[in-house]
Amino acid sequence: MSAAAGGARVHTLEARGLCKTFGEKQVLQNVNIHLDEGEIVGLLGVSGVGKSTLFNLLSGLLVPDEGQVLLEGRQAAGLTGRIGYMQQKDLLLPHKKIVDNIALPLVLKGEKKKEARRRVEEELAAFGLEGTADKYPDQLSGGMRQRAALLRTYFFNGRVALLDEPFSALDAITKTQIHQWFLQVMSRIRMSAIFITHDVDEAILLSDRLYIMAGSPGSIAAELKVDAPRPRGTLFTASAEFMERKRRILSALQIG
Amino acid sequence: MLGLMPAYMLPSPLKVLRAFGANFFVLLDHARVSLLESFLGLGIGIGLALLLTALMDRFGVIYKMAYPLLVITQAVPVVAVAPLLVLWLGYGMAPKVVLIVIVCFFPIAVGMLDGLKAADPDQMNLLRAMGANRGQIFRHLKFPGALPGFFSGLKVSVSFSIIGAVVAEWLGGDKGLGVYMTRVRKSYAYDKMFAVIFLVIAISLLLMRLAGFMEKRAMPWKRAKGR
Repeated sequence: MSAAAGGARVHTLEARGLCKTFGEKQVLQNVNIHLDEGEIVGLLGVSGVGKSTLFNLLSGLLVPDEGQVLLEGRQAAGLTGRIGYMQQKDLLLPHKKIVDNIALPLVLKGEKKKEARRRVEEELAAFGLEGTADKYPDQLSGGMRQRAALLRTYFFNGRVALLDEPFSALDAITKTQIHQWFLQVMSRIRMSAIFITHDVDEAILLSDRLYIMAGSPGSIAAELKVDAPRPRGTLFTASAEFMERKRRILSALQIG
Repeated sequence: MLGLMPAYMLPSPLKVLRAFGANFFVLLDHARVSLLESFLGLGIGIGLALLLTALMDRFGVIYKMAYPLLVITQAVPVVAVAPLLVLWLGYGMAPKVVLIVIVCFFPIAVGMLDGLKAADPDQMNLLRAMGANRGQIFRHLKFPGALPGFFSGLKVSVSFSIIGAVVAEWLGGDKGLGVYMTRVRKSYAYDKMFAVIFLVIAISLLLMRLAGFMEKRAMPWKRAKGR
């Protein structure tokens, strides 16, 4: 009953009224977003609008001046290690083998190295990383490294991930391939995610819902549902439906 | 030879080789003592360097206090301090080991510090987002990242260590390559003198190779690069 009672609904991840100021400069003003189970939510906004700050607040790296971060209904502001976080750079540690890089979040939580490795090795194939367990990051291609970083993000807690421009370092062809793969793998591992992107096409292609940030200090300027059926192929990007959404996003982005 | 100086002052390679052969076991016996001092000094030096740099990395105050001291240890004129060490610590092994610690400490500590400071802030943030504490960040990120610096320091230090042992032994003691060197110099046996010099060079090179080997073993990811 309580779940149906409007405002009391528990989201997988929710930010309520987040404000953040650095010195004199207010970066975020009353940011409200939420993420539900199984959702892929895009976050668009011009550079400097505070997207990365928002992610740092959600991941617990920064503490909000005002507002709340709720993870499955519980206070999570300032608490790290509970939400997966992945950045544009894969940030794999060069001195660790792929298997140990991916297992790192588990090991840091106190899991036995052997057990952590076993769990990682079970997932490698699904991420197209079979045979790379004992390789070092320098021996892998950019796309593979990015997949390894995503798998590592999954092992933070396996339910929620924040992806900060996860595909922007990849070339166009790799990107198109990885998009399809990404959606498949996310639904298979049942991970919800918010991802930052500057690529409007990418945002429409991948998202169930979209937030558009604008202004200074930054806040959510628009929220947009993308209910086009999946899979959304290359042709979708040429449809009138797609163009209509793109137009709305572009106009929302220019509010700031 | 060439009439420039008497042959005993600049002995022919053959004579040096012969001296080396004839005194091989004596040399080995002295080398054993010098090497023991080197390893002791190196070991303590490495231990101190690791401890201090870890503390300096963790506490900014210690960094600020210790850095000038660190630089001073490198500026210390070793040859001038050595007699004082002998005066304070006697003719045994202690002054030699202390001297070696002083000369070995700096290159290793500086190499470590550079490496620790070079840790990527983005990677540190990522580890923090994973819930890592300071100790875990040091262990999984900073320390491995500082290994290249550590080993370039170590490669310098190993040759310093054997030379440091020889210099310290000049000032007294009853065994060691430096003691032997002083002895043969005073008896004008320059062929033996050269034999020792070459032995010291050989030991020095060998130790550097050993450090290089350890470096490769400790950092397998460097070898794997580009394969």
